[in-house]
Amino acid sequence: MTTTSARTDATPGAEEQSLPHHHAGSVSPGWWGMVMLIVTESMLFGSLVASYFYIRFRSAPVWPPDGIPTPSLKLPLIMSVILWTSSWPVHMADRAARNGNVRALRLWLGAGFILGAIFLGLQLAVEYPEKLAEFGPTTNAYGSLFYTLTGFHGGHVLIGLLISLWTQMRAWQGAFDKQRHVTVQNFTMYWHFVDIVWVVVLATIYLSPSL
Amino acid sequence: MASVAERLEGIWGERPGLITWLQTVDHKKLGFKYLYTGMVFFVFGGIESLVIRAQLADANLEVVDPETYNQMFSMHGTTMMFLFIVPVLSGFGNYFVPLMIGARDMAFPRLNAFGYWAFLGAGIFMHSSFLIGKAPNNGWFNYVPLANSEFTPGVNIDFYVLGLIFLGFSTTAGAINFIVTILKLRAPGMSINRMPIFVWGELALGLAVVFAQPPLTAALVMLELDRKLGFHFFDSTQGGDAVLWQHLFWIFGHPWVYILVLPAFGLVSMMIPAFTRRPMIGYIYIVVAEMAVALIGFGVWVHHMFAVGIPQIALSFTSLSSFMVTIPSAIQVFAWLATLIAGKPILKTPMLFVLGFVFTFVLGGLSGVMFAAIPFDLQTTDSYFVVAHIHYVIIGGSVFPIFGGLYYWLPKMTGRMLDERLGKLSFWLMFAGFNLAFFPMHISGLLGQPRRTYTYQEGLGWDIWNLLSTIGAFVLALGILITFINWYKSMKSGEPAGPDPWEAETLEWSTSSPPPEYNFESIPAVRSLHPMWEQPELRRGPQRPEDGAYLLASGHETLATSMLDATPQAVVEMPHESPWPVTVTVAMMVSFYGVLFDSALLTAGGTVASMAAVAGWFWPTGETQET
Repeated sequence: MTTTSARTDATPGAEEQSLPHHHAGSVSPGWWGMVMLIVTESMLFGSLVASYFYIRFRSAPVWPPDGIPTPSLKLPLIMSVILWTSSWPVHMADRAARNGNVRALRLWLGAGFILGAIFLGLQLAVEYPEKLAEFGPTTNAYGSLFYTLTGFHGGHVLIGLLISLWTQMRAWQGAFDKQRHVTVQNFTMYWHFVDIVWVVVLATIYLSPSL
Repeated sequence: MASVAERLEGIWGERPGLITWLQTVDHKKLGFKYLYTGMVFFVFGGIESLVIRAQLADANLEVVDPETYNQMFSMHGTTMMFLFIVPVLSGFGNYFVPLMIGARDMAFPRLNAFGYWAFLGAGIFMHSSFLIGKAPNNGWFNYVPLANSEFTPGVNIDFYVLGLIFLGFSTTAGAINFIVTILKLRAPGMSINRMPIFVWGELALGLAVVFAQPPLTAALVMLELDRKLGFHFFDSTQGGDAVLWQHLFWIFGHPWVYILVLPAFGLVSMMIPAFTRRPMIGYIYIVVAEMAVALIGFGVWVHHMFAVGIPQIALSFTSLSSFMVTIPSAIQVFAWLATLIAGKPILKTPMLFVLGFVFTFVLGGLSGVMFAAIPFDLQTTDSYFVVAHIHYVIIGGSVFPIFGGLYYWLPKMTGRMLDERLGKLSFWLMFAGFNLAFFPMHISGLLGQPRRTYTYQEGLGWDIWNLLSTIGAFVLALGILITFINWYKSMKSGEPAGPDPWEAETLEWSTSSPPPEYNFESIPAVRSLHPMWEQPELRRGPQRPEDGAYLLASGHETLATSMLDATPQAVVEMPHESPWPVTVTVAMMVSFYGVLFDSALLTAGGTVASMAAVAGWFWPTGETQET
């Protein structure tokens, strides 16, 4: 098409020149990518939860089986409060990014990270050792479900923490301002998603056996 | 000042060479890679099928031993289902979706590269099982309890399970990329009701994968935990449940069948207007029908399990939805037929494949409706009747459109036409061979021949039908071989295609063949569902800014537009070639081999290395601006 290329040897139209070179929220392809990732991850957790109830309703009337005690609620509820609280500073970080307030952004991100890390620490250092004394993942199908579902969620918290670290590093490098902050938005969405999944995990693993 | 084309060439050009081959993020090069790699796996799967047919040509043969036979039919199904059709359709999609919507690349070019490498890695991973003679041997849907470690020890099944988990990364990455590209990067004015039907098909593929892949991934992870670490998900002696595998597999598996055919349907809806010289009749009905098929496809999985012993109410529901899915399928068939009748069909090779597709797919659809009737299904479950049906649907519904697509689109991709005479010969051999191979299976199935058995006794009335099937399979293979020869010849000495050999309606024909690295000199404003037919300025060369075009010639950029109306919103900076996608894949491969061979060191090392590579991927380089 070289013969015709001279024809477009032109200056861009006025509309093109007025288009912004930055984008956030639903204008940004990256934002949509995160939405789709969350959709597919929801299906992953949905499949695990469905498997839990499938196996529960196909097995003996006593649940948990084999004399495993019904899970106690005290520690899980404390962990829940900590994790759900962490959504607040993360939300504030998102707001700070949209307002271009970099100092507030760094602080809120740090606060959210600490709460998330406490949750994960409690799961790994307190919750699991207690449970492992009662039953393990190879004890029976109930044990497999318990550790796989909570472990998948814990793994997602860990990934969220790593993304948080990355976002904090970029915030300290001064990469974000009022116009450019899709990374912060995507981290925020992911973190809220992990918190919402915990509602489902809590209801499935800890509350439903008492019903 | 340099011309627009020269400036774009300077911005988008990649240096040729091995390094670029490994690092490229160009959707066209990746599309080619998907296509070639998918075709190589197609040849592998084809050879496996010929071994199967040779073994079954007559009663009591011993062409291969039973264990090899099991590996052959398992890898034949797995390869064709996972490593051939979707990758080839992704290859077409990668190459043509940006060209059809007027974009300069996919939304996430590096993720696109990763999708390809992970597909190749998973394919190599699964096929490396042949090197130690331990290929998967439990069929492509790998039912437990046979697949539990107690009944199939050894790494055969682990190759299957880990390979498919690996492949899931590729499929999901590709799907998300298609969805976002289609929603956000369309040319200005290409509102959602001006999207070519092939683009709709790829969108349906993307959405179906996003929802359907996770149940399979969950099932695979659970099975591998059972096998490697002694978990009990599918172990009914410890409270687990074997039928759970079937549910999860088919919740994925049936939508997957539609994933295989919907983009192929879209391809057909591109070729029919080009060769009947008129727009598709019922655009809106076809689009709604495609989406309806994708949706209803999630409600029919239990029809793969009618013979398992499922509560009556679930059977009735699935039977109902299985009958229901025929309605949108029929709408599409009637739209194709109406367009064919209303237009003046030109019987070039792509069109022959389209007609072959319609004929075959309708036959496959008919036997599908028969299965929706539960009493009939109970009689034919696990017989060759099912084998006949699946091949009519998959070869009819996907492979014929793919081969038609090769004849239709390779001229755009290589710049050279394929030979018509060889093309027609190839079609007729494929069509005749296919029907000779698979129609007799309906009969041998009704006569009671079970699928997946190593051999059979004489005197059961099956011999002649099996012999016919075997002859047909080799004729089909010959037909396929002729297209490959044609392909090779056209690249050496084919007639130059020119930008628009078919005078077709969509935007990919407005740029040169093969397209330049930046796709379009200007991103055109679209004012029609058939831009090349109704916007005469597009035939005269790149659209000018006065006509609404966007140049974006000052950076490595493409245009983001709004989701429904495609009004321009922002200029998006696109990433350059990157060494990280292939690095992440290699590191992941190490960790998958680690799991396979019970090496904690390899697993941990590979995982840490892949996370480090992801960090390298996103590490700010200074050339791309932070978003």
